[in-house]
Amino acid sequence: MSLERLTPDVLKIDCEKTALMIQSVIRDQVFQTLKKQGAVVGISGGIDSSVVAALSAAALGPERTLGLFTPEQDSAEDTLDLSRAVADCIGVEAVLEDITPVLEAVGCYRRRDEAIRTVIPEYGPNWKSKIVLPSVIESDQYRIFSVIAVSPDGKRMKKRLSLSAYLGVVAATNFKQRTRKMLEYYHADQRNYAVTGTPNRLEYDQGFFVKGGDGLADFKPIAHLYKSQVYQLAAYLGIPEEIRRRPPTTDTYSMPQEQEEFYFSLPYHKMDLCLYARNHGYSAAQVADAVELLPEQVERVFKDIENKRRTTRYQHMPPLLVSPVLEIA
Amino acid sequence: MENEVREFIQTNYILTDDHAELGADQSLMDLGVIDSTGVFALIDFIEETYGITIDDDEILPDNLDSISRICAFVQRKKA
Repeated sequence: MSLERLTPDVLKIDCEKTALMIQSVIRDQVFQTLKKQGAVVGISGGIDSSVVAALSAAALGPERTLGLFTPEQDSAEDTLDLSRAVADCIGVEAVLEDITPVLEAVGCYRRRDEAIRTVIPEYGPNWKSKIVLPSVIESDQYRIFSVIAVSPDGKRMKKRLSLSAYLGVVAATNFKQRTRKMLEYYHADQRNYAVTGTPNRLEYDQGFFVKGGDGLADFKPIAHLYKSQVYQLAAYLGIPEEIRRRPPTTDTYSMPQEQEEFYFSLPYHKMDLCLYARNHGYSAAQVADAVELLPEQVERVFKDIENKRRTTRYQHMPPLLVSPVLEIA
Repeated sequence: MENEVREFIQTNYILTDDHAELGADQSLMDLGVIDSTGVFALIDFIEETYGITIDDDEILPDNLDSISRICAFVQRKKA
């Protein structure tokens, strides 16, 4: 590898060419490979699902793309309006399924709150919370989740999670993504449609998805694109500006939570460049200027990338068989 | 203490039939013995077994990334 320095320009794409190529692949995958009549896209009001919905509508036709809105009680106030704005913009039919009653019935909120109470005993039903990680660039500290909770009268607390509390919060919260996917498949089955997955490359590579939840899909048309490239496509496809301006959020916890503090620890445009650099053999020194970090901080990000790949590898694995069943391979 | 820590790690993280002894100075993270969830369990084990409280800024490889570092860290905390 030469000593050239990395610049954000490496992530620039020819949007027209990229969109046409993806649309061609979507048509082939849905109609030829999957033998389905259309596609269901869970629209969250975020950039990734907006772009996937637009690509699907362009590829298959708006009349063969169904949007699904699945807000719940912890969703941000603007989630539904933004989701509707996307569906209106690309001209697809959309169905609203408020998943709060399903989550209540399955004990999602109760189980999550019980797990939080093991570290914050006073945590109650009207409190709000989110889980956060320490910065990856500030120190070598192992990245252990803490819970931030705010009482109804505004008292804010931060407590490091124990193993059982962490697992309890994550297990309960994962009901959300799995419930959404269950409903996407319901609507897909009803219409003989396929179900889309909406991860971008950062999320796909770093295991930022729930197995059997948002990780489950029949096809994932933007999993090869860095997040910065998804934003470029969003502008090209005419996705409303308020969606393109919105910071990436998990929209999963009752307090506002950006993906940066939950998982990636860097803004997406810097994380993209670090991942690109790691994938193409650049050294930390070569990428440091472009992401405005010191080389040792970039090294920490590289290490975190590898650590996430290792610890989330199982999420990409299909069910493991004792012996292959060659007849259906 | 070293044997106690080794036994905890081998029992909880090395769930195979390979009983080759884990070296006191081997990096637990590099070996893939401890992932991000494993650090939670290790902290719980140290706090409960040795009656100490580990602060957030002490959750560092220097203190926790090998059996010998864990033992030295616990001894410093208890001193």
